[in-house]
Amino acid sequence: MTAATPKIRFPHRHLLGIEGLSPDEISELLDLSESHVEQNRQTDKKRTTLRGRTCINLFFENSTRTRTSFELAGKRLGADVINMSVSTSSIKKGETLIDTAMTLNAMHPDVLVVRHPDSGAVQLLSEKVNCAVINGGDGRHEHPTQALLDALTIRRRKGKLSGLCVAICGDIMHSRVARSNIRLLSIMGARVRVVAPPTLLPAEIGRFGVETFHHMKEGLKDCDIVMMLRLQLERMNGSFVPSVREYFRFYGLDYAKLKVAKPDALIMHPGPMNRGVEIDGELADDIDRSVIREQVEMGVAVRMACLETLTGALPQSGGKT
Amino acid sequence: MAKGTKKTRTVKKKAAAATTATAASRAAPRTAYVNARLIDPASGLDAPGSLLSEDGLIADFGSGLFADGAPENAETIDCRGRVLAPGLVDMRVRLRDPGHEHREATVSAAAGGITTIIVLPDTDPVIDSVALVEFIGRRAGEAGLINIYPMAALTQGLEGKEITEMGLMSEAGAVAFGDGVSSIDDSLVMRRALSYASSFGLLIVQRPEDNSLASDGVMNEGEIATRLGLAGIPNAAETICLERDIRLLELTGGRYHASLLSTADSVDVVRRAKARGLNVTCDTAPPYFALNEIAVGDYRTFARLSPPLRCEEDRRAVVEGIEDGTIDAIVSDHAPHHQDSKRQPFAQAESGAVGLETLLAVALDLTRESSLSLSGMLGKVTCVPADILGLDIGRLRKGAAADLVIFDADAPWKIDADQLLSKSKNTPFDGKLAQGRVVRSVISGHIVFHASDLDT
Repeated sequence: MTAATPKIRFPHRHLLGIEGLSPDEISELLDLSESHVEQNRQTDKKRTTLRGRTCINLFFENSTRTRTSFELAGKRLGADVINMSVSTSSIKKGETLIDTAMTLNAMHPDVLVVRHPDSGAVQLLSEKVNCAVINGGDGRHEHPTQALLDALTIRRRKGKLSGLCVAICGDIMHSRVARSNIRLLSIMGARVRVVAPPTLLPAEIGRFGVETFHHMKEGLKDCDIVMMLRLQLERMNGSFVPSVREYFRFYGLDYAKLKVAKPDALIMHPGPMNRGVEIDGELADDIDRSVIREQVEMGVAVRMACLETLTGALPQSGGKT
Repeated sequence: MAKGTKKTRTVKKKAAAATTATAASRAAPRTAYVNARLIDPASGLDAPGSLLSEDGLIADFGSGLFADGAPENAETIDCRGRVLAPGLVDMRVRLRDPGHEHREATVSAAAGGITTIIVLPDTDPVIDSVALVEFIGRRAGEAGLINIYPMAALTQGLEGKEITEMGLMSEAGAVAFGDGVSSIDDSLVMRRALSYASSFGLLIVQRPEDNSLASDGVMNEGEIATRLGLAGIPNAAETICLERDIRLLELTGGRYHASLLSTADSVDVVRRAKARGLNVTCDTAPPYFALNEIAVGDYRTFARLSPPLRCEEDRRAVVEGIEDGTIDAIVSDHAPHHQDSKRQPFAQAESGAVGLETLLAVALDLTRESSLSLSGMLGKVTCVPADILGLDIGRLRKGAAADLVIFDADAPWKIDADQLLSKSKNTPFDGKLAQGRVVRSVISGHIVFHASDLDT
């Protein structure tokens, strides 16, 4: 806890996913994040721990909240932050990805935050650069900082992760958020359930150690956390589910379906929400149940912790929770 | 497949079971059916006895009932030793117009001893929305006479592309889902449909045919088609689609019902799938066990059916499939066609035949030509289809609706298309010598058909 001994023992060069992290590493990242929560609520939010460092947010896919969150995190730590949005539609992906990586690498950034529509693309890029790489979401594979911010939100509200029952509901098949959360929560000893129509469940999801449900009333029974996922519009019109109306009727979260969960169950959503599709609008705004806005707040703190940890630059006075 | 919940949702069937406005509003008489041969395929009962119906329900039945003579405060019907069985349940009836043809179909059905029909979604408009499912329920009620349940489309507009609101339509009263006459070509769509339906425990019905293989074929592929110069449909068109569906079912779980099996290979595919423990059921229709492609004869359009009549070996295999239980149910596949649509060159004529009035008579042949017992045969048109559909009908049970048929299993008659009550006369069985006639059909205690000539 002294300034001399780094609090975090994080033996990874990159943060490409939750897979491979130990419970201690996750706990320490969350502890460090915790120290930034209060800081972010102050008038003066700026620190200098990353002064002189360069962070590049390299986004091959549209993003508003994740990119903004990483940008703020970098700036509040005093780093120089550059945002790059690359359209993938008009170019040959593989070739350009590595070219882009080599080009950026030549500018000596300290951290690259990368989001890419293809699973595995961020790892491929990480193999070509000298700096630390943070996965800002790759295809259907992982979105580690989202899982960390969700965990931080839960831990602050419930005081723990271990032993909690978390139901992740909706489009599990296409969701990197679901995969990262399943991994993290399982590592930390929570019981994870997935609830979705079979058309939105990937094959062998049970092998992740989760319990599978097809009905909300069964899946939400006595759970502590209800985590809703976004369902993309093009998947609702007869391909994966018949219609918005039917999806909301059977899988949309509303007060009636929530009744079977624990009375103090929290509602989470990684955003952006489709009100009236996967979640009832009023319920999403219910400050007694929904922690959706808190998730966004925790996002900045978690990303600050990740940037610090990967650059090895720790705050002078250790982040005590 | 990850397994979390094995339990399937019990969907409450809202009111599509539409027994007649007329019959329901009239108080049902108290009737004693005496001197009957009671057959209940579900329980295996086959014994002489009597049955009492009261308030439209079966109040009591059995061998000992009315041993001391019929009750005085009830109308008594002497069955003269004829069979008294649950009314027939027909899983496959095609009607063009979801409103208008109901009355005609119900008259034909009643004459055939059928008390419950499932209508296919191939109507104009297609039954692919909650509103139409509810509409069928209402119109069926107005049409009266028999019970009508809708099968709803599996894909929107029967186009085979986008799945329908199965969950909501099931709540509105749809008892099964399928694209009716057309079969789903796209394997991915079929996989998702099976997968989605499985979580609701819904029944998917497919009449398997590989559309690209069937192409513009109009009859069974083979020597006769070649001689007649007609484009043929190979057996493989049916088998390939059926085999694919069963492979998909293995991936997704759920309940799959193949309709109108017509080939030896198809029977074999289902037999093996059942042996592997898959949740597969199937049916066939009288033309496929009573006729073969020779019935096409000299371009008889009444024998243009879909699937086409196959060769004699296939017919025999279908009979064997019925005998050994591989084929669970027998359906009429009733498809009325206006005369004009059959009075055409063979290839341009509509496919399909009327079948409600001849279902029982032709099926009775099975009890004489195969090892199938009368009760075993009746099971395939009563309790078995009811069980497949998840409907609590098709059996003699105290407290159940008094939906009954009384028939003479031996009475000989000649099937004459002109004598059919159905307005459409397109039967391939015209001129057939049949044995077995319906004497009375009873719905909720009301006599809805009576062949009075058999009472003398």
